[in-house]
This record gives sequence, structure tokens and C-alpha cells, in this order.
Amino acid sequence: MTVFTCILFLFLIVCAVGASLSGSLLNTVLIFMSYSLVMSIVWVVLEAPDLAITEAAVGAGITTVLFVLTLKKIHAIMGAEAAGREAESELEHRRRRSL
Amino acid sequence: MSRKLPRERYEKTLSYRLKIWLEGSRDPYLGNLEIRPREPRQEDEAALRRMQEDRKRVRARVYDTEHNREVVLFQKMYRGFSLLFCVLLVAMLLMGVADLPPLGEADRPVNNEVSRRYIEKGLEETGAVNLVTGMILDYRAFDTLGESHVLFIAACTVLILLRADSKKGKNSEEEAEAHDRAYEPKNDVILQTAARLLVPFILIFGIYIILCGHLGPGGGFSGGAVIGAGLILYVSAFGFARAERFFTARTYKRMSFGALACYCVLKTYSFYTGANHLESVIPLGTPGAILSSGLILPLNICVGVVVAGTMYTFYGMFRKGGY
Repeated sequence: MTVFTCILFLFLIVCAVGASLSGSLLNTVLIFMSYSLVMSIVWVVLEAPDLAITEAAVGAGITTVLFVLTLKKIHAIMGAEAAGREAESELEHRRRRSL
Repeated sequence: MSRKLPRERYEKTLSYRLKIWLEGSRDPYLGNLEIRPREPRQEDEAALRRMQEDRKRVRARVYDTEHNREVVLFQKMYRGFSLLFCVLLVAMLLMGVADLPPLGEADRPVNNEVSRRYIEKGLEETGAVNLVTGMILDYRAFDTLGESHVLFIAACTVLILLRADSKKGKNSEEEAEAHDRAYEPKNDVILQTAARLLVPFILIFGIYIILCGHLGPGGGFSGGAVIGAGLILYVSAFGFARAERFFTARTYKRMSFGALACYCVLKTYSFYTGANHLESVIPLGTPGAILSSGLILPLNICVGVVVAGTMYTFYGMFRKGGY
């Protein structure tokens, strides 16, 4: 086992622990994506390029997109427009309170 | 153009108050706001008891406990039985694991003659240079057919669960989402330029992976996933309105139904002619050529079409419940 593989495995472990311990859901999804990306490199190292392609496309690509979409649907993350609307309503609220 | 305001009116405006508040020369809340210490919350014993009794009464009425002795019994035993079930399940799984043959034994299923035969005769019998593809789409093509159907059924389930109802009230948020106004791209230049440059290459790479599945690493599933990712990138950059010119839900249904039916027919023919034992009219061709290895290429294309469509459908359904 080369040093490179060791570093990859270490990164995998750190990502796995980090994904489960991370506080914010968006961070968890992003860590999970980096896990999949490193996993696909590990598949190449283990001489399974078929799996590497699938892991990169599905694990790092589509699953992440679906997770982020779900987070947006349940309003765990805000789009720019929604954030702007929120700030406006906050301003309005303050204006009314001060007058 | 600026206006000049008299001092008195200026002192009434919001910006003046904001300035004063920022400078800290006067606390705007001082004298305007009454701050009272909150009284500690007290538990009302009678209310609590009444609530519990109410809960009991509601439960009795809902489950009709007088006439349904089984329900009461079930509710009492529920915890015990769930614990028992968990313990039994764990015990069963542990027993199953304990019954596995030990690692490295000579007569394990892993070390039987099947894998040797695959390795020795795989190229000759399937004509695929990539043995993995030869295995999953020739020896075990029936499994792959099942997997494709699983994907199709998953897409159907997502369609059932997430499809937006078109009978909602007007001007609601759901309405806006359904018409994709809330999610229409804001003409993001970076995203659109990147998508314009990348999407053709991603799609061609996916097609390459599918078509060369029997020659090198790749195959229907991975190629289809790559194509699906490319389509998703295109949609998130340019919006559903442009993607609907070439890909709608109807296209998806027809495509995946056609691909699955095609797969079924091809594989039925293969099984009908005896799979591996009798001569079939489909030539295996020269190993290494793109038109070789019999049915693997068309089967790969079928799987790729189903996977790409399914990935795109998931995205469309998750994003706005229809496309």
C-alpha cells in the first residue's frame, strides 16, 4: 500500500466521521460529495475503473444534486431571492416598529 | 437630483434615526420600550391531569377500546414485542453470519469453477474484451434487466409521490413553482457559459462510455448516469423551457418503455435460442471491434437510455414536481 492510498483512506475516514458529526445539513451533503469523489479515486487505485466512473457520476454528481434540491425544498438552504425577500420583510418590520 | 429637507423633517426620517442609532448618541428604545422580567413558568397540576385524561378519552374513542380488547392488548404489548423482534432479528442475522464458510477455504463459493470459467472462456463466449461487461450483460443479463426495471419503478414511484397537483389554487407558491417561475434561471452568465462549453463534451463522453462498454471500462449504467448529469447541468443553466423542446415526460416514458421492451425482446431471443449452448444467428464478431460481442452493444444502449432518462426524471420531479 503506497503512501498515496493511505492518504486517500485517511481522507475517507475523516469524511465519513465528519459527515455524520457535521452540524449543518448542507455541510453534510458537501462532505458526502467529497467522500464519493475520493472513493472514485480509490476505485481506480483498486483497478475497478467501471465502478470509478459510476461512483463519480452517481455518488458525486447526481446524488448531491438531489440532496441539495431536497434541502432547498424543505427550506434548509435559501436561494438568493428568498434571502432578499427575508431581508426586505425584516427591514419593513423594523421600519414599522421605529415609526 | 437631490432635495433639500428642512431640519425638522429630516429628523423624522428613517435615515436620520438610523444614523443616530449607529452613532449611539441616543438609544431609540429608551423610553419607548418597557422591559419586564419574565415570570417563571408554572406547571398547572390540574391542567396537566386534565390533559392526560383527555388524551386517554380521545384514544378510547378513536380505537373504541371497549369493543376492541385486542387493540388495548396490542398497545400494551407493543414495546415488548418490538424489543423481542429486534433481538430475534439480530440473532438471526448473527447466526447467518456465523454460518458463512470461513475466509480462504478452498471449497468456498467464491473459489468454485464459475469464476475460472468466466475468466478462461469469457472472451470466447461473449466476445467482450471487458470481462465485467461480458458478465453483467451476457452471463447475468437477467440481473441487469431486473436492475433496469428497478430504476424504472423507482422513477414511477417518484412520479407518483412528487408530481405537482395542477388543481391547486391560483397565485399560490406551488403554482409558481409548477410553472417554473420561481426556479427559472436568472441568466447566470458563469453557469450558462460553463454549461455551453461543458454539456456537449459530457454528453459525448457519456455516449462514448455506453458504446465502448464492451471494449473498455464503462457500460450502460455509468454512461447513462454521465448523460443524465449532463442533461441536469443543461437544465439548471437554461431552464426547463428550453429542455422541453427535446425532452419531456412523454419522451421519457416512450424512451424507457421502448428501451426496456427492446431489452426484454433481445434477451428473450437469446434465452430462447438457449443462451450459451446453441448457435444463435447473431455473430460475435472480432473481439475489439465496436460492432462485436453480439447483443452486448444494443443491451448497453438500452440500459443507458433508461438510466439517463431516470436520472433526469428524478431531477425534474425533485425540483418542481414535473417537467
